[in-house]
Amino acid sequence: MISKMSHVSVYVLNQDSAYDFYVNKLGLKVHTDAPMGPGMRWLTVTPPEQPELEITLMPVTEGMVFTKESAAAMKELVSKGTFGFGVFECDDIYATYEELKAKGVEFTKPPKKEFYGIEALFKDDSGNWFSLGQKEK
Amino acid sequence: MISESYPKVYLYRRVVQAKLFIDNNYAEKIDLNNIADEAFFSKFHFIRLFKKIYRKTPHQYLKTVRIEKAMELLRANVAVSETCYEVGFESLGSFSALFKRIAGMSPSAYLLRQQQIKAHILKTPLDFIPNCFAEKKGWKEKQF
Repeated sequence: MISKMSHVSVYVLNQDSAYDFYVNKLGLKVHTDAPMGPGMRWLTVTPPEQPELEITLMPVTEGMVFTKESAAAMKELVSKGTFGFGVFECDDIYATYEELKAKGVEFTKPPKKEFYGIEALFKDDSGNWFSLGQKEK
Repeated sequence: MISESYPKVYLYRRVVQAKLFIDNNYAEKIDLNNIADEAFFSKFHFIRLFKKIYRKTPHQYLKTVRIEKAMELLRANVAVSETCYEVGFESLGSFSALFKRIAGMSPSAYLLRQQQIKAHILKTPLDFIPNCFAEKKGWKEKQF
């Protein structure tokens, strides 16, 4: 019986740049950063208050998961902003929005009240988009 | 053009600027009174707003940032005494006491543990990388 989700993968164009974005800008915590052969590392980060969910920052490179053709196609799709990988939650969306914006994070939608809560949309350094949400208090 | 209209934008920006000031200057002697003076007329009002947003007073937040940065340095194998001064503490005693309270172990115990974890990763990466990916990479158990 399945009990939990432990890992999810986000496909990124460059792990060094993704590290900077997810750790230094978003403020996620590094869980594992293990070398895995030349030019490749096993890099997972976790939301600060959810250390049991590892987000794997998986580089789109030939050889791991992708053939050469798939890697090229995937790179194009990722940078075009095709993929939305999920929703991050925060206590105070206006403060979080202002902070991330000050750190250079690109928002495609500022915080807006929706029927399900307040939501903003932003992009990571590769082009993937995420929703940022705050439940109504 | 993205419109930015939510209540109290101005106040939010001031508090966020104060938070980022702490993030960027935690290693210096920060006088939190100055931050309050610059941000608002009333120190009381500033602290209340800061706490409402970050669930900590500016002072508590500064301490947390310093200890988190200390953990980063220790993970990067920086010596305990050097770490202590790098993150803005003036005495090893107060650093160790606060570190222990937040991290649950002393800085030296934490440093040692991180060194052990690193050695373990280098020796047997498969303990840390899910097998499915290791196999795709052509890494088999027997190689290690």
